[in-house]
Amino acid sequence: MAHHVLDMPIDAAKVRELQIGDTVTLRKTLFGIRDATLIHMFDRGRETRLDLDGHAVIHTAPNVRRVDRSEEAPVGYAPFCIGTTTSQRMERFTRQLMEREGVRLIIGKGGMGADTSAAFKDLGGAYLAIVGGAAALETTWIERIEDVDMDDLHPESLWKFRIRDLGPLLVGMDSHGGSLFETVRDDVASRRDAVLASIGAGE
Amino acid sequence: MQLDMAEVERVCSDLYIRALKILPPDIKDGFKRLVGAETGETAKAVLGVMVENVAVAERTNNILCQDTGIPIYNITIGRNVSFDGAELKAAIRRGCERSTKENSLRSSVVHPITRQNDQTSCGVRVPIVHVDFDEREETVGIEMIPKGSGSENGSFLKMLLPSDGVSAAKRFVIDRVIELGGRVCPPTIVGVGLGGTSDMCMHLAKIAATRPLGTVCSDPEGAKIEAELSKAVNELGVGPQGLGGRSTSFAVHVEIAATHITQNPVAVNIQCHSARRALATITPGGIAFS
Ligand code: SF4
Repeated sequence: MAHHVLDMPIDAAKVRELQIGDTVTLRKTLFGIRDATLIHMFDRGRETRLDLDGHAVIHTAPNVRRVDRSEEAPVGYAPFCIGTTTSQRMERFTRQLMEREGVRLIIGKGGMGADTSAAFKDLGGAYLAIVGGAAALETTWIERIEDVDMDDLHPESLWKFRIRDLGPLLVGMDSHGGSLFETVRDDVASRRDAVLASIGAGE
Repeated sequence: MQLDMAEVERVCSDLYIRALKILPPDIKDGFKRLVGAETGETAKAVLGVMVENVAVAERTNNILCQDTGIPIYNITIGRNVSFDGAELKAAIRRGCERSTKENSLRSSVVHPITRQNDQTSCGVRVPIVHVDFDEREETVGIEMIPKGSGSENGSFLKMLLPSDGVSAAKRFVIDRVIELGGRVCPPTIVGVGLGGTSDMCMHLAKIAATRPLGTVCSDPEGAKIEAELSKAVNELGVGPQGLGGRSTSFAVHVEIAATHITQNPVAVNIQCHSARRALATITPGGIAFS
């Protein structure tokens, strides 16, 4: 199990080095997206002026504070609490996000499904699992909010974060069809009947 | 005791931010128990991050999780308390709005059809307010629960048949835990409602999911199922964040209500590891937070 330090953005070859079970530390830049951002971008054809090519996106809707613009807060927002939301809801957008915007890494919690796995395989991408609900800690990894687009969707805007060593994150899905979530699911499925029998609830 | 509505507003505001920042002691103890029993390496690392997060939130005076949840206020009114009910509801709402504004909280509440967010954590019928009564003299309890959405989306109801028996209800619970995997931020508290009507059953599951760890179902039959299921879910291998391991849940809690001869309802509502709650008790002597 290797550890990778990634200076974002990265290319497809770099992503293909990642294997499930590896750990990753991200540096420099990270984008924040979630439900409304994706619905507007891909169901309603909205374009963004931000360049996501080769970058990582995290499923989030941050708590931010409005502050005066400064070097620390170039768009007048300071991070207050930034965490991660459940990824599964965003499943149907993965391929478009990669094809149209060039996204390489998705960071989230709970894992994603077969369509995402296929897109990772075809286009070169990976899913990095972060510990959901550990937002206070996650916030300490965010240096500043560098930019924001589609802020009419606030807090579900498209966010650009400047990060300091973000991680370690766990490679949950890789570009070779591997998924830790699948492995766990299969293991759980194989235990189900015995567990049910032990409480007199077998079929 | 005459309930002072300015005070209620302030308490409701304080409770929201307290709940978001301070994890209740029973949940912290729950983490200790899980860490002690865990054997998986990834699972141990994940639990370690969660425990560290609780410490970082306290140290940096930050909220534990970015999801400010759906605000729920449970009000318990004791004896010899006088108040105007409509004013009470308005004061709770004002407190919730005030906390959102003063603490720059993300408002997570939208209109269900237009998806409009008023940025106040309030909306139609939200905050959710439950009022109940008890025997305590001149005492009002206000419990605030910011219910996280990842775990709230792990909610299910099934109107089983009486002939399906209790075994079908147990199977239903186990299968939902399997289906949810890491989506509900395990380790969780699995709230189970048995009996009642459909709405009551769902409500029981919520009461169960938000009951402090270490408390037991007051019905002996319910308590038996609770113990059985608590052991069983941690044999499934879902683990913290669904990445495998023993620590799928802190506990399974069961609440029951009588039901109809033709009915056998079961409901599931999940509480995530950010199992946030805050309580204030108002008496003529003042306000105590716990
Ligand atoms: S499910 Fe709970 S811990 Fe996870 S992100 Fe939502 S509120 Fe936070």
